Amino acid sequence: MTEPIIDVVGLSRDFTVRAPAGRLRRTSRTVRAVRDLTFSVPEGAAVGYIGANGAGKSTTIKMLTGILVPTAGTARTCGKEPHRQRRELAREIGVVFGQRTQLWWDLPLHESFRALAAIHRLPSDRAAQRQVELVDRLDLGEFLDTPVRQLSLGQRIRGEIAAALLHSPRLLVLDEPTIGLDVLSKERLRGFLVEERAAHGTSLLLTTHDMDDVQRLTERILVVDHGQMAYDGTLAGLVDRVGAQRVVVVDFVGDADGSGSAGVPDLRGIPGTELVSVEADGLRQRLAFAPGLTTAAEVIAASSTRATVRDVAIEEPDIEDVVRRLYLSQ
Amino acid sequence: MADLAPYRAVLSSRIRSQLAYRRSFALDVAGSAGVGLLEFLSVYVIFTNVTELGGLDLAGVALVFAFANLGFSLADIVVGHVDALPTYLRSGTLDAFLLRPLSVLGQLVTSDVQLRRLGRCAVGVAILAVALPQAGIDWGWGAALLVVAIPLVGAVIFAAVFVAAAAAQFWLVDGAEFTNAFVYGGSNAASYPTSVFTTPLRAAVTFVLPAAFTAYLPTLLLLGEPGPTWTPAWLGWFAPVAAVVAWVVALTGWKAGLRHYTGTGS
Repeated sequence: MTEPIIDVVGLSRDFTVRAPAGRLRRTSRTVRAVRDLTFSVPEGAAVGYIGANGAGKSTTIKMLTGILVPTAGTARTCGKEPHRQRRELAREIGVVFGQRTQLWWDLPLHESFRALAAIHRLPSDRAAQRQVELVDRLDLGEFLDTPVRQLSLGQRIRGEIAAALLHSPRLLVLDEPTIGLDVLSKERLRGFLVEERAAHGTSLLLTTHDMDDVQRLTERILVVDHGQMAYDGTLAGLVDRVGAQRVVVVDFVGDADGSGSAGVPDLRGIPGTELVSVEADGLRQRLAFAPGLTTAAEVIAASSTRATVRDVAIEEPDIEDVVRRLYLSQ
Repeated sequence: MADLAPYRAVLSSRIRSQLAYRRSFALDVAGSAGVGLLEFLSVYVIFTNVTELGGLDLAGVALVFAFANLGFSLADIVVGHVDALPTYLRSGTLDAFLLRPLSVLGQLVTSDVQLRRLGRCAVGVAILAVALPQAGIDWGWGAALLVVAIPLVGAVIFAAVFVAAAAAQFWLVDGAEFTNAFVYGGSNAASYPTSVFTTPLRAAVTFVLPAAFTAYLPTLLLLGEPGPTWTPAWLGWFAPVAAVVAWVVALTGWKAGLRHYTGTGS
């Protein structure tokens, strides 16, 4: 199939916000949530859609899935006009909003699956087979009989994703799927999504605040800022462009007597790095470096020649910071 | 629209979950029946002072009350929860409906069912059972058919009022109080012989809010009464027409409301 899974030209959406002004009058003001977006995603691709809160991510997703109608421009998802062909499109996409449930709140998961299989008119053998696959791979077995409202966040999100994938959609749209999850749950979810895409070739559109999500799950990112496209390319390209710095946090082994007689290790002058902070009497130091100039491994190796390293951690640039830098660089 | 299985799947889960706690369900049903009984009591109290209300005796008035209550509670069981639309909007449930390959109104209606309102239904049926033999009805096939058709057509009309009121909530923020005035006011007006109202009000609850078509007018047919001027008994035969018109208005409003929500035009 050569037709793109998502094709957006000049997409815009305004909202009218009314506020009382005086006793009887009301003022109305137009807020442009999305402005003139143009992009295209080929079938089978995985795209990260990132931006700060209120940048227009959810509005775009709602237009792509047929919930909202664009004010201007056109969107085609799976070759269909989302709002006009809402029901046909619904059979080909799966959507998960991380902060809102699409399951039936007081029904157990297995009943939700049964209802969804009927809604999507899945033949019962296919639905059963798919459900077994999803229950097994997302590890839903132990809480299939629990009403959704009693599930933990991690369990609910897994349930939501299984529900969105039950009808084997061509495109999976995830809006902040990992928000609020602990590190382990996030990692398991990412692992599942990678497998799922490898097995079924499902296209993926993902909004997130988590750089690890972007790194693990997508091969291309779109950055939206104030409703406008700010960047379209690879993560590496973005980091190059804004010079987003990664930070190595190095913890040193302290003296046995705690007297600090060995002196504070000096990490200044390691090539390609900049010493950002020195904490805990020099036992914890942060080195920022641009990924193009050196690597985390070289920085750690250079640090360990100066004192005994106890632990290292790497801090990735956060989305807000990247977007801010992108904005400044333009 | 041939295949209702998707709707049935949700609805049957819903019914099972409501029946799961039997004692609590029984209490809910009893409570709903109590409300119906109290309302009838207020009609009965009037008849301790008068022998006739709006041209009908106690049995006639009881019939109007019972038909209106039965029709309303049937509609309430099936579509009553649509007045929670603002909650559905806030929680994103309506967005979830939009993401499924089904009609949004169909999903909203089948998303819940208020089985506890069966209590009020039962009150209506009981009053009918007592009042019908005492109302001096000239029994025949036609009368029997009317007895069955009146609450059903009434339920269809009330359901349209519920949907129209829900549609209005797409525009009104926290407008439930306003729309309830029409829904419950309509049900209340339908429970009395419309002839007790002044002509303008009678016209309003007949031709604007078609409450009189749900019970009073067809009951006149059943009793063989002529009815008051401007709203004669033969209008009762047009109750199905009123139902169709009410649904055309409700569905037009619903579609406009949904368009307002998704933002097509204004």
